Amino acid sequence: MAAAAAAPGPGSGPGDSPEGPEAEAPERRRKAHGMLKLYYGLSEGEAAGRPSGPDPLDPTDLNGAHFDPEVYLDKLRRECPLAQLMDSETDMVRQIRALDSDMQTLVYENYNKFISATDTIRKMKNDFRKMEDEMDRLATNMAVITDFSARISATLQDRHERITKLAGVHALLRKLQFLFELPSRLTKCVELGAYGQAVRYQGRARAVLQQYQHLPSFRAIQDDCQVITARLAQQLRQRFREGGSGAPEQAECVELLLALGEPAEELCEEFLAHARGRLEEELRSLEAELGPSPPAPDVLEFTDHGGSGFVGGLCQVAAAYQELFAAQGPAGAEKLAAFARELGSRYFALVERRLAQEQGGGDNSLLVRALDRFHRRLRAPGALLAAAGLAEAATDIVERVARERLGHHLQGLQAAFLGSLTDVRQALAAPRIAGKEGPGLAELLANVASSILSHIKASLASVHLFTAKEVSFSNKPYFRGEFCSQGVRESLIVGFIRSMCQTAQSFCDSPGEKGGATPPALLLLLSRLCLDYETATISYILTLTDEQFLVQDQSPVTPVSTLCAEARETARRLLTHYVKVQGLVISQMLRKSVETRDWLSTLEPRNVRAVMKRVVEDTTAIDVQVGLLYEEGVRKAQSSDSSKRTFSVYSSSRQQGRYAPSYTPSAPMDTNLLSNIQKLFSERIDVFSPVEFNKVSVLTGIIKISLKTLLECVRLRTFGRFGLQQVQVDCHFLQLYLWRFVADEELVHLLLDEVVASAALRCPDPVPMEPSVVEVICERG
Amino acid sequence: MEDDAPVIYGLEFQARALTPQTAETDAIRFLVGTQSLKYDNQIHVIDFDDENNIINKNVLLHQAGEIWHISASPADKGVLATCYNKTADSKVVTCAAVWRMPAELEPGGQESPEDATSPAHALELLCHLEPAARGSTACVTWEPAGDGKRVISLADNHILLWDLQESSSQAMLASSASLEGKGQLKFTTGRWSPHHNCSQVATANDTAIRGWDTRTMSQIYCIESAHGQLVRDLDFNPNKQYYLASCGDDCKVRFWDTRNVAEPVKTLEEHSHWVWNVRYNHSHDQLVLTGSSDSRVILSNMVSISSEPFGHLVDDDDLSDQEERRLEEKSQEPPQDSVIATYEEHEDSVYAVDWSSADPWLFASLSYDGRLVINRVPRALKYHILL
Repeated sequence: MAAAAAAPGPGSGPGDSPEGPEAEAPERRRKAHGMLKLYYGLSEGEAAGRPSGPDPLDPTDLNGAHFDPEVYLDKLRRECPLAQLMDSETDMVRQIRALDSDMQTLVYENYNKFISATDTIRKMKNDFRKMEDEMDRLATNMAVITDFSARISATLQDRHERITKLAGVHALLRKLQFLFELPSRLTKCVELGAYGQAVRYQGRARAVLQQYQHLPSFRAIQDDCQVITARLAQQLRQRFREGGSGAPEQAECVELLLALGEPAEELCEEFLAHARGRLEEELRSLEAELGPSPPAPDVLEFTDHGGSGFVGGLCQVAAAYQELFAAQGPAGAEKLAAFARELGSRYFALVERRLAQEQGGGDNSLLVRALDRFHRRLRAPGALLAAAGLAEAATDIVERVARERLGHHLQGLQAAFLGSLTDVRQALAAPRIAGKEGPGLAELLANVASSILSHIKASLASVHLFTAKEVSFSNKPYFRGEFCSQGVRESLIVGFIRSMCQTAQSFCDSPGEKGGATPPALLLLLSRLCLDYETATISYILTLTDEQFLVQDQSPVTPVSTLCAEARETARRLLTHYVKVQGLVISQMLRKSVETRDWLSTLEPRNVRAVMKRVVEDTTAIDVQVGLLYEEGVRKAQSSDSSKRTFSVYSSSRQQGRYAPSYTPSAPMDTNLLSNIQKLFSERIDVFSPVEFNKVSVLTGIIKISLKTLLECVRLRTFGRFGLQQVQVDCHFLQLYLWRFVADEELVHLLLDEVVASAALRCPDPVPMEPSVVEVICERG
Repeated sequence: MEDDAPVIYGLEFQARALTPQTAETDAIRFLVGTQSLKYDNQIHVIDFDDENNIINKNVLLHQAGEIWHISASPADKGVLATCYNKTADSKVVTCAAVWRMPAELEPGGQESPEDATSPAHALELLCHLEPAARGSTACVTWEPAGDGKRVISLADNHILLWDLQESSSQAMLASSASLEGKGQLKFTTGRWSPHHNCSQVATANDTAIRGWDTRTMSQIYCIESAHGQLVRDLDFNPNKQYYLASCGDDCKVRFWDTRNVAEPVKTLEEHSHWVWNVRYNHSHDQLVLTGSSDSRVILSNMVSISSEPFGHLVDDDDLSDQEERRLEEKSQEPPQDSVIATYEEHEDSVYAVDWSSADPWLFASLSYDGRLVINRVPRALKYHILL
């Protein structure tokens, strides 16, 4: 309340201001309405529809019914000042005058109308009198007519009865005539081939003849009819057997025969036999399409033919059968089902043969469409003949085809993988000739990876057609569950990844003659590929598969981690094999160089032997090659000046300490002890050990293999003094260049130390070269 | 078990050659030949006292040169053959000779290690297997079951069969054959088969293994590319006449059936460097010993291809051994090939391993630094095989 008082709203409160000018016009009109209503005696309640207004009982209301001039005047006088009184007076006078003139006009007009109404009434009185006379005359005439009519009727009564009787006789005669004519009519109908008509006639007459057969004449007719009917049935049967005229006509024949009361059992047999003939015809034509030669029409066309020809025919037969022999009950239905089952299985055999021919083809969409049609067409007979199991058999076929398709795709993927490997081989072989060393290795890897991935995606896409929504069989449980999980995911994708790993591994399994044929770069590339699969691609592909084929099946699937582990193992084996192969190449070089040289009569070393330079070159090349695909890896921290420092490790002082006194007979055990103690502190070197996925580890492996070979070869030879010195020089050279490739350069030192030590042992006259001279030679070389 | 602990013996010199004294079947005795370019080479006759775990040694001087290969006569305890290097006119020639050990050594062997410096006895030269300018002899192998009269030596690309006459003092070249082919072919090793009335010899050159018939000296089979790299050693299964083990620089040990040489029967890949030696146990051929330049000796149990497979996989050669028959009845487990043990006592490349001829459960291995290690088959396995 307080708020309403405090804040004057946009609209003013009721009754707190005089009515605005715009509200005055409707107000006046309403007043007039009120008066009219008053005049016509409408109730006060109806008139008082208005919510507000002057109280009609207000005696001061000029227009009110209860106006009291005295009260009004009193009020005016009491309330108004003089000027306003004057104004009201003039106003009042003016209004009274206006009312007077209005009244005069009204009286005048009403008077005129009253005069003319009186005239009209007088005229009407005259006319009615005339009309009354004519009506009287009409009544008399009508009475005369009625009289005459009655007389005529009475006269004709007798004849009418006779005519009625005659008409009855006539109808009877017509019927009799029909009966008598029936034999000839039937004959005619039969002759004309209007079998339907004939059967109808026969049907009409049969009951009558049956009823009146005790009369000899009717009996004759009946006999005649029976003869004709028999002939008719004969002909119908004939026609039915000839059978060439298509299913609907045959159905008609059968219908007629049934109407003639032929035994349904027999008919049903015959009907099916005919249908069989027709359908077999269809099957034969389909088989002809299959043919011994490659099929001309594509599979879609084939299934269309099969669908419209055989399946359509089967549908018609089934529908007609069910319509005709509905009365046969379950035995009849069973017969039909057996019929459909047998023919259906032959049809399926044909379709399967055709689909088998399609297996090699690449176009999945066509196949899927064909299967879709095939499946769709069979739904109708399937619904019609649930007992024959056609729809189920069709689904089975589709499933089988889908499975085979998966197998085909798997093969396709494998072929693609092998193909891309062949490409890589060629690409690797080509730049060799041109003299460049694999600059495109990373590119090749990317190519292979992307081509495999695109093949996988293409396969997934084309297999995905099987589960597309619009395909009629996609909602079968197989396609929703097992197909997705076991089929696509497991056998296709997982199977492919597994076979890829196996293929890759097969490159390491035969290191003998075949291993030589595999370019090492290919091994490296495959190893990287497998590693990439392990880190990313496998999970990507599987996620993709799971997304595309929403796997609802609960059957266990191979987890990503297992596959990744397999891929990693493959990558590791490939890389290890790469190390072996490359190590072997360098080893062979070193071995040849040691074995073919005459170390006893060699001259004083002036140079590093060329083969050592070659070894360093090759190692560098391998380093570059591996660097293209693998990361650097970690090496043990060493001082930057390591090449200098380590030289002292196997410098003359140590050699002398270790070997020179070792042959003094006085202390033979000591030296052995010494060398053994030395070995105690150095770790055993695993030469062919598995490598890690980085460049340093790979190079370390290769160098280990090479140097160990050098060691073993040196031990098999005998060296002259200069031979030993040459080995010294060679080893120092290797020392200078190889340390940078390996993870732990101590390893190189150790092995090279061993080589030099062994050479010294194999030398009857071990005089090592001065380290400074060795250095000079190496730096010059 | 204390009893299973290895016994280690150190030689002063580098050594590659090791053989059991084949004719000796009572005492455990090994012969080791040293390699030294500067000092007189020696043959150490190592006697192992099994009960006291003590090694007794005798040193024989072998002044002719450093010993690359040694083999003992299967018939006469005192006779052995060596391949040795002779350095002359700045040329190295490998020769072969048959020697007799001094007789007085045999019963003795009680010398304590302190007496090692006492003047050693020298070997008595019986005859040279002089190939008459036919290159270096890589290997000498005795006829396994014979009376010690027939020897085969492999010199470069020649295979020479010798008849030793007049108590081995004279060697007559009985027949020979040579390997012809591209390049310089060189036999690396050879082995005389104990089967087929001792009429077969297998040799290795480069990556190939060849079998020869000693009667006609003609090749009977050839395993090309038996290994990825050089073949280092061969051994015949003593109980299965067609089975052959080989090892090589590809770190693998392969088992072959010489009737079908297209594929190895089995491949082992346990070593991490070249495998230099492979030896079948003389009586239990599932036990296979390998030595490698990764300084390891590995004893493997090759049950599935042995003559005593658990699944009674009888080959066409009949099993006559009593022991085997007992085994077959006993064992129920499926055959399982496995590594029995890896011996890591050596610190240098192991170039020779061999079983004792007297005790089938004992073997010796020799590394380049002159360390000889005598080991036994683990007792548990021994009982498993025997019982």
